[in-house]
Amino acid sequence: MSRAADLTTAFFARPASWPLVLTGLLLAAWLIHRYGWLNPYQQQILMYVGIHIILTASLNLVNGYMGEFAVGHAAFMAVGAYVSSLITVRLFPFQAAPLLFPLALLVGSLAAGIVGLLVAFPSFRTRGDYLAIVTLALNMIVKSAIENLEVIGGPRGFLGMQRLTTLPWVVFWVISSLWLLRNFIYANLGRGVLAIREDEVAAELLGVDTRRVKLHAFILSASLAGLAGGLFAHVVQFITPRSFDIVRSTEILVMVYLGGIGSLAGSVIGATVYTVALEWLRFLGQWRMAIAPLLLVFLMILRPTGIMGLREFVAFIPREERNLRARLEALGRGRQGWPPAGEAGRVGPHGPA
Amino acid sequence: MPFVAQQMVNALQLGSIYALIALGYTLVYGVLRLINFAHGDIFMVGAFFSFFAAAVLGLPFLPTLLASMAATALLGVMIERLAYRPLRHAPRVSAVITALGVGLFLEHFTLASVGAQPRLMPPLIASAVYQAGPVRVTTVQLVIFLVALLLMLILDRFVNRTLTGMAMRAVSWDKSVVPLMGISVDRIIALTFAIGSGLAAAGGLLYATAYPVIEPYMGVLVGWKAFVAAVVGGIGVIRGAMLGAFVLGGAEVLVAAFLPSTYRDFIAFGLLLLLLIFRPQGILGRREVQKV
Repeated sequence: MSRAADLTTAFFARPASWPLVLTGLLLAAWLIHRYGWLNPYQQQILMYVGIHIILTASLNLVNGYMGEFAVGHAAFMAVGAYVSSLITVRLFPFQAAPLLFPLALLVGSLAAGIVGLLVAFPSFRTRGDYLAIVTLALNMIVKSAIENLEVIGGPRGFLGMQRLTTLPWVVFWVISSLWLLRNFIYANLGRGVLAIREDEVAAELLGVDTRRVKLHAFILSASLAGLAGGLFAHVVQFITPRSFDIVRSTEILVMVYLGGIGSLAGSVIGATVYTVALEWLRFLGQWRMAIAPLLLVFLMILRPTGIMGLREFVAFIPREERNLRARLEALGRGRQGWPPAGEAGRVGPHGPA
Repeated sequence: MPFVAQQMVNALQLGSIYALIALGYTLVYGVLRLINFAHGDIFMVGAFFSFFAAAVLGLPFLPTLLASMAATALLGVMIERLAYRPLRHAPRVSAVITALGVGLFLEHFTLASVGAQPRLMPPLIASAVYQAGPVRVTTVQLVIFLVALLLMLILDRFVNRTLTGMAMRAVSWDKSVVPLMGISVDRIIALTFAIGSGLAAAGGLLYATAYPVIEPYMGVLVGWKAFVAAVVGGIGVIRGAMLGAFVLGGAEVLVAAFLPSTYRDFIAFGLLLLLLIFRPQGILGRREVQKV
């Protein structure tokens, strides 16, 4: 185990490693898409996995890293899905839509980010259970608002999208989102996010501009959810307000806590395990959805912090951060209790501080 | 004016049902500081228990009420024992996620075992309409209101006037000192779950009496709304839950009366957002003092 970890560390310590891995992933996705190496059903599952990874990682920023409890993530997904679909169907000419698709996604995610402000502002005054209700209310309001807008189909839903989301696109957006989140978390603002989770008052006293941090975190989280919504809409090609109700939000929550809070690797694992496991359990028929939550309950009892739980794969930590930690360790900080004796092989996600 | 008065009667009916469910949220939150997200689904199971008691066993109203309350109370205690007690000392959020998991399990277990088709609740109360001044009141509305009022009065007396009720309040005040007074915290928490689930079952029966179509997903929206009611009143405050439920019921009914009914959720939750921005602790809640 430790040898494998060492090898991984050594591999990702080289500057050229990440571009190599990412290009490989993109190439593989393109080849699968172009030459049909996997059947359409398997490709669709992979696309769902990717979309779920974006959703899970973006919610993890707020719930895991910042320690809030937002329960209405599907609201932002809905905004992104509807805005981007409206653009590709009503605004773009049919032939040009595939080329302009990324633009539609970005506008959708921007719109979702603006809606995210509706959660960011109340979060200045309240947190915990009450913020949970604010997000819940937002989810209900967005769903209800869409149901009352006859122009975009109302409760009957909206259709007419082309199947613009392809596996290479999904892989591209997953990589971009994770890259963005990783850089955010390990930048100054991200330190502020962690400080808010540990103790908001203390963070404020130490000079963290908590409002600015919250604003950025909520907007980033919401706009990534909007992006995922746009991708989702162009896979299923038919969206209704019911696709984005509280049940969907619960599903995202489950993936976050299954994978583990405060961990990007955990988000990837949680989204993958949940999506694939639900497909794999299909042979159980209707009992599938009864077994899945039961597994979650067992997991929570046996391992309350989720699969990864505040730990991170070395590959998801920026190189500068790892160098910094190594230097701090060399300075003798390590002997004062970090990393704990016997856990030297494991790297905590948030550094020694 | 008669129109508004009539709507108020409808609001009382809806508010009574919300109140019974909201009490379960608030009781559990009071003793465990846990938002029991499975509660809406416990309400749904309560409605199904009532359905089986009434339709399969053919019981009349009162035995149906008692049977489903007892069965659901037992279910609540079992859930607490098996799912929540092992997590008493885990991070709070793990318990909340477990609650979500239990809720999903109840929904889909019911779906898989009784099927997805909605069931029609047999009418348990002979329907008659009384004209009281400008408003018409049906027997169903009267029964709902009286049963809910009675249960709430009993609960209020129980919590405020009995030794066990005092123990419940003590647990909610400080869990670490209570065992020193010779009170079993586990037993009090189990009792709280039993009471909360029993009330939810009563709510389930009353709901099914008023809106006789029941299905496995009925608990999701009603449960969330009852939760909203509990928060509006101030979560953890028993009288707050009752007040919040009637406020929410009133708001929903009035919106449905004057606007297209599809705006109901929109307005109800919009009001909730406004309330939370200006008074985050709820109507009767006390702001928690945070020690630094």
